[in-house]
Amino acid sequence: MDARDENPAISEPPADRAGIRFGALGWTGLAVVVVLAALPLFLANFTIFQLTMMLIYAIAILGLNLLTGINGQFSLGHGAFYAIGAYTAAILMENFGLAYGWTLPAAGLICFVSGFLFGLPALRLEGIYLALATFGLAVAMPQFLKLSVLEPWTGGVQGIVITKPDAPFGLPLSQDQWLYYFTLVVALLLYWFAANLVASRSGRALMAIRDNPLAARAMGVNNALYKSLAFGISAAFTGIAGALGAIVVQFVAPDSFTFALSVALFVGLVVGGVGWLPGALVGGAFIVFIPNVAELFNKALAGAVYGVILILLIYLMPTGAGGLVRKVADFVGRRMKPRPDR
Amino acid sequence: MEIFIQQIVSGIATGAIYACMALAIVMIYQAIHNLNFAQGEMAMFSTFIAWQLIAWGTPYWIAFALTLAISFIGGVVIERLVFKPIENAPILSYVVVFIALFAIFNSLAGFIWNFEIKPFPTPFGSGALFGGLMSPHQAGMIVVTVVVLALLYFFFRFTRIGLAMRAAAVNPESARLVGIRVSWMTALGWGMASAIGAVAGMMIAPVVFLEPNMMVSILLYGFAGAVLGGLTSPVGAVVGGLAVGVIENLAGTYIPVVGPELKLPIALLVIVAVLVVRPSGLMGRKIVQRV
Repeated sequence: MDARDENPAISEPPADRAGIRFGALGWTGLAVVVVLAALPLFLANFTIFQLTMMLIYAIAILGLNLLTGINGQFSLGHGAFYAIGAYTAAILMENFGLAYGWTLPAAGLICFVSGFLFGLPALRLEGIYLALATFGLAVAMPQFLKLSVLEPWTGGVQGIVITKPDAPFGLPLSQDQWLYYFTLVVALLLYWFAANLVASRSGRALMAIRDNPLAARAMGVNNALYKSLAFGISAAFTGIAGALGAIVVQFVAPDSFTFALSVALFVGLVVGGVGWLPGALVGGAFIVFIPNVAELFNKALAGAVYGVILILLIYLMPTGAGGLVRKVADFVGRRMKPRPDR
Repeated sequence: MEIFIQQIVSGIATGAIYACMALAIVMIYQAIHNLNFAQGEMAMFSTFIAWQLIAWGTPYWIAFALTLAISFIGGVVIERLVFKPIENAPILSYVVVFIALFAIFNSLAGFIWNFEIKPFPTPFGSGALFGGLMSPHQAGMIVVTVVVLALLYFFFRFTRIGLAMRAAAVNPESARLVGIRVSWMTALGWGMASAIGAVAGMMIAPVVFLEPNMMVSILLYGFAGAVLGGLTSPVGAVVGGLAVGVIENLAGTYIPVVGPELKLPIALLVIVAVLVVRPSGLMGRKIVQRV
């Protein structure tokens, strides 16, 4: 068995090698943020709503990327954590009258705990087996949410309707614009957290486990603890995204969180680039906009067109947008500074 | 006691559905060491082809044989067309392509045959067997599953090509050195898995009715059965599938919280429990890694 068989998630070098030079990367990042911040001033409310969803999915994918890209564990079931986050937010707002902002840390905490607990049995699973277990979680989630025992809180099949928050302090923003900026700030904070985590000692431990679990253990890394923690943190990110999603969509119901959601997050991760954190944004955009593009071709065959687009993407950029960016950066870098040793 | 036996027998009857599906899953796993998440949709599509043939007036068993042939060719074509070019891609890319195939088949079936629920004929007639515990179709389904299993056993045990396929799966490099065309063996594995899936689909359709989404939860039970039996063992898959049916029924009867509501989570529980306690399943080979 070669290394790839043991760690199926590895397809790229670590994230910290993704950048060419910090300067160029930093400027590009800043430009992206400025564009993101300016966009809602020029767009219609529905488009702003779509962009907000894109950011929300990006947060969820960011969490998934920490798990798969950085720690090398699979998940086809992150939609389940998204659902837990969304329900946490909805229940806290509607049953306990909590302000929407406070539901995010609550959702993050609850999802961290559930992710950590799910991560414990998952410790023994690798690659496709873990994908399978998490896939089971995703398929079973709507049924848990429909349980009649939980109906007083979850509202059963009917779900829960949430009121949309207004912009505070009399800011001259529409509800959609306000939620967009709120989401953008949360997304930036979480990105900052994720990037720092990856660059830290713990981040190196996570990557060491991904690259060679045995060597990591020999270096004194507590594999079991770090792998479960990675699951917990990843679930927390996705749960926060779920809470934001509930607030923005103003509605949660069991059937909005089928395994299709988990699959979409997974696809977003691969399209954005496994192990490349900024790829989350690309993945989020893919989730929100590509189904619409597919519908443009043919409404009835949208699913098939989506599938074909997906297969073509895997052919053309097997390592996702991250791999593509790296290739282009390598190419440009070589052009500017020829190095004989490469 | 009577209820207990009744539940076990009807559990075996539902289990036969899962056993069929688990068998197809194990076949593909043998060929590519990957779980095909589109397997259920492929089986569903094959079943629609059979339905169409029957609707055009083809007799059942001829339609059955034709569907098997079409599915076999379809499986080989999918492997050649879609998976051959990404042979060395990481596992993540494979899973994405499975998802893509899932979307394509689901959407195509809905487009061609629409989403209305269609009844599917059974070749085994109606009535009751074993004092009303089992319908002839369910009994027939079990027989068909066992026959498929026996055929597979003989194929792998006693034919040259079966031996070649086993060699290609166990040790591709050495197999190539002795002149086996490994990549065609993979394609063959796809074709066979697709044909077995078609059998499963045609056996399942009279029970759950035919529609593009009929396979989603059955696939999960199939996975549960395959994992329980051991992903490397066809016999295990059938035993595992039957066992999942029985477990599901017994849990539904004797554990008060689990009603019809919690049936899918049982499949999840079985998967997680087996993977944690005994990852090689009941009859699977233990995989030893050299470090």
